[in-house]
Amino acid sequence: MATSKTTDAVAAPVFERSYDTEALAANRRRRRNKARAKKLGLHLILLGLLFVMLYPVIWMVFSSLRPENEIFADLGLIPDTWTLQNYITGWNLFGDKTFGVFFVNSFIICALAIIGNLVACSMAAYAFARLNFRFKWFWFALMLGTIMLPIHAQLIPQYVFFLKIGWVNTILPLVVPKFLATDAFFIFLMVQFMRSLPRELEEAATIDGATYWQRYWRIILPLTMPALATTAVFTFINTYNDFFGQLIYLTEIDKMTVPVALRLFLDPSGGTSSYGGMFAMVLVSIGPVLGFFLASQRLLVRGIATTGFK
Amino acid sequence: MKPGPGPEKSAVTPAPQGAAVLPSGRAVPAGRAGTNIRRLENRAAYMFLIPWLAGLFGITIIPVTVSLYLSFTDYNVLSAPTWVGLENYEKLISGDRRYENSLWVTLKFVGYSVPLVLVFSLTVAVVLNRGLAGLAIYRSLFYVPSLIGASVGIGLLWYQVFGERGVFNDLLGLFGFEGRSWVTNPRYALSTVIALNVWTFGASMVIFLAALRQIPDSYYEAASIDGANGWQKFRRITLPLLTPVIFFNMVLLTIQSFQSFTQAFVISRGTGGPVDSTLLYTVYLYQRAFQHLEMGYASAMAWVLLIAIALFTALIFWSAKYWVFYGDK
Repeated sequence: MATSKTTDAVAAPVFERSYDTEALAANRRRRRNKARAKKLGLHLILLGLLFVMLYPVIWMVFSSLRPENEIFADLGLIPDTWTLQNYITGWNLFGDKTFGVFFVNSFIICALAIIGNLVACSMAAYAFARLNFRFKWFWFALMLGTIMLPIHAQLIPQYVFFLKIGWVNTILPLVVPKFLATDAFFIFLMVQFMRSLPRELEEAATIDGATYWQRYWRIILPLTMPALATTAVFTFINTYNDFFGQLIYLTEIDKMTVPVALRLFLDPSGGTSSYGGMFAMVLVSIGPVLGFFLASQRLLVRGIATTGFK
Repeated sequence: MKPGPGPEKSAVTPAPQGAAVLPSGRAVPAGRAGTNIRRLENRAAYMFLIPWLAGLFGITIIPVTVSLYLSFTDYNVLSAPTWVGLENYEKLISGDRRYENSLWVTLKFVGYSVPLVLVFSLTVAVVLNRGLAGLAIYRSLFYVPSLIGASVGIGLLWYQVFGERGVFNDLLGLFGFEGRSWVTNPRYALSTVIALNVWTFGASMVIFLAALRQIPDSYYEAASIDGANGWQKFRRITLPLLTPVIFFNMVLLTIQSFQSFTQAFVISRGTGGPVDSTLLYTVYLYQRAFQHLEMGYASAMAWVLLIAIALFTALIFWSAKYWVFYGDK
């Protein structure tokens, strides 16, 4: 009797625990609720951080839509009276040269820079990724080295040279280097991509008598589309945002691009009196970058990730 | 995809050492045909490289060399450069208080920016990687500052945000602190530039996120079975496996931060002020070269910058063997 009781006592908890589905379910529910609460907490923290980070931009959006004299009047975030007047003022702030001129100048430079980078970088990348030639690794190492080189080390002789041949205040110093594949970063990006393409395609074309140029143009380039698109987007953003180069080479007002023109707001005697106009133009100026990003964001994010550490 | 049938196919032989190889890795027949193909390929490759080679020499190597020459001269663009030997460098080492100051400002800027960006981007990436819903949306939103942070427009906005009547003071007001103008105060102006740089941590975060996805779930499952808690999993699995990417981001950020220009320039209204407190190296270089037309002196500055960046990068590479973990060890 006694022995059977002890065995019962030992066996009972095990027996109970493994078959008490209700307790198990409650336990699972409690754990799931805890995990859910934790996730909710994380969401709140992330949203809070995002709100703080993006608040200045949100504030600028509303400020640009209220009358000039209300911007710093502590009236809360949302304007009482809505107006587009700041956009009109800002657009025409610099006399007969409106922001339309600056945007056209910026877009011309961006378009040519994109074409230059796509053509020149992909040609170099094709040679590095798919062809064998003498001193290949020497050139490749040199190419990687130029990625890290600070532009300041080349800047002054370049400037003097472009000045002497009369290229200052033209778009040429900003555009011609792109056609010479000086953005080696994009060569590297495309080399990485082209290396992963199957060799058999090119071989089939070779047997059919395709030249090297045809292999590059007809076979490799179409397959490299994702890397080309990434290059185009990044080139646009970098060129559009570039300030240093444009500041140095474009000094006449009708040649100015958007960033150089925005700089005129810095001038105490210039447009700083119109904060509303300035905010409006800042917002208009970041519009194209955000638009490009939204249109291509999946591609872009993947691009950063692959160039990042592959 | 298989190559179509052709007469060449039957002529395929194993590749002798060093022979030309078809794209698929099969050998080109030895003998004259083989060397011809190799020679053709060599020539074709150099044809493809012509634009890049022209740029490499014309836009990069020759200017960098000329810049070294100019750094030993006195040159104002209008008249021919005159050789002054080491004078520019001597002046850099002793005799230019603004230069000395700009070095400290730059070191402070890099020294604060890089670690802060790394901590922020890694933390947010790890949090986002815990299977939260809406990852793609979060990732895009956190990336937005990186897109626009380098623009003149955001610099102008920043000047307002940290101005006397700016948004930042409104925020401080909520907690009962009294605000001031941060951008015109020499003690705080550089902090606002650093804050703007840290604001753009999204680009590094995206790289961390991609790396986090490569860590197999099985590692964490095994650790859970062994009873590891969240912090232990992060400390013993995530962090070691991420060190190569931390290293990569650190190199990238250091090189970028040393060359940072636009934000300090815009926030200080082109002066590097107040009292030179935001006079980053590149801002000072710009002033010397393009406002004072001291091209020789600025070239010397550029070369010091080049060497400084190379040294710091080398230092990070050297340190890597002590803290970067590669799986095969």
